[in-house]
Amino acid sequence: MTARLCADAEEAVAGIQDGATVLVGGFGMAGMPVTLIDALIRQGAADLTIVSNNAGNGDTGLAALLAERRVRKMVCSFPRQSDSYVFDALYRAGEIELELVPQGTLAERMRAAGAGIGAFYCPTGVGTPLAEGKETRVIDGRTHVLEYPIRGDAALIGAHRADRMGNLVYRKTARNFGPVMATAATLVVAQVREVVEIGAIDPETVVTPGIYVDRVLEDRVWREARGC
Amino acid sequence: MLTKQQMAALVASDIPRGAFVNLGIGLPTLVADHLAADSGVVLHTENGMLNMGPAAHGEQIDPDLTNAGKAPVTELPGASYFHHADSFAMMRGGHLDICVLGGFQVSAAGDLANWHTGEPDAIPAVGGAMDLAIGARSVFVMMTLFAKSGEPKLVPRCTYPLTGLACVDRVYTDHAVFDLGARGVVVRETFGMGIDELAGRLEVPLSGFTGAEPGRDEA
Repeated sequence: MTARLCADAEEAVAGIQDGATVLVGGFGMAGMPVTLIDALIRQGAADLTIVSNNAGNGDTGLAALLAERRVRKMVCSFPRQSDSYVFDALYRAGEIELELVPQGTLAERMRAAGAGIGAFYCPTGVGTPLAEGKETRVIDGRTHVLEYPIRGDAALIGAHRADRMGNLVYRKTARNFGPVMATAATLVVAQVREVVEIGAIDPETVVTPGIYVDRVLEDRVWREARGC
Repeated sequence: MLTKQQMAALVASDIPRGAFVNLGIGLPTLVADHLAADSGVVLHTENGMLNMGPAAHGEQIDPDLTNAGKAPVTELPGASYFHHADSFAMMRGGHLDICVLGGFQVSAAGDLANWHTGEPDAIPAVGGAMDLAIGARSVFVMMTLFAKSGEPKLVPRCTYPLTGLACVDRVYTDHAVFDLGARGVVVRETFGMGIDELAGRLEVPLSGFTGAEPGRDEA
């Protein structure tokens, strides 16, 4: 079904259940859908598995969700940062589970989910602790590790602009995981700075075709905050 | 003995014109400051950009434009943006000429450990290091040769958790540059300490430089 424009952030995250796996876009704060995460905090879903490159920065966005003890497990490549103190404390206290995944494998596992690929062999991580216990196979003389897809019940992503059909364009490096996550979840919600009329986005420049997008939230406050 | 900036300048001078290069976070980031404006080197950043420019300051700062370390950067003419799966396909697919990574330890066989000390309270974070280590055509490591404790970081076998197996081609340190390959550990250049003294402080067999590795791509 074509994308629905949401009246507010509550509508955008409605229906995400306890125990859900939620893909959250962004690399640091670039592309992080902060308004949707804040709405998810108010919405109340708990016991979540969050898949995101990082494990939150400072006290806002993902870090705030973690601080509310709503996340059972983080799947990410780089939890440790100078301002990841919320995650660090939960991890050291044994109160959150961590699945550490090499960044490219994280992206490719979601890409596989979105593309209907059952699993794939990847040379990344061979001989390291992150490949322990995984099936391996030598292909063309090189050892590969078998990796399985990561599919989300929901994906929350940040994009720059949407049209009323849900076609998305991103801006600079804020694109990062958005286009991949948009393909890999049952419910895909995009927070955008601007919604434009159908036809106002040049079809040649669409990055995420609207077929992947279920809900769009226009967030003018986010737009002002970013100054563009 | 070289300073960090001198090491960065040396790495920069060994990067051929027009190469596609990824600079890891930490020490390798310094290399960017030493690339000549007309070098034609194209910097790749894992978060989805080619032809990344220098650090952004003041009004140039754009929260949508950062490097792998999340610091604000600029774009150069001819830049392109792409999503994460494409960015890492570029690495694994062998399209990057060189990556420069930091290191905790490198073994004589070219194994790299640079993501985790393995200490119980350390929070592991790997980022893109494992993908870069096995994906770039040439992998350079930039590190001090000795830890603060005096322990060598070029070792017979890594004791820290590995990032990649037999993936390092060259190691730039403050005391010497080493090529790793079929001939073992070859000392390419030294800075103050002679090969004999180096051999006395390292537990890996060393040989002197007599020309490029046979069959090895000249980076």
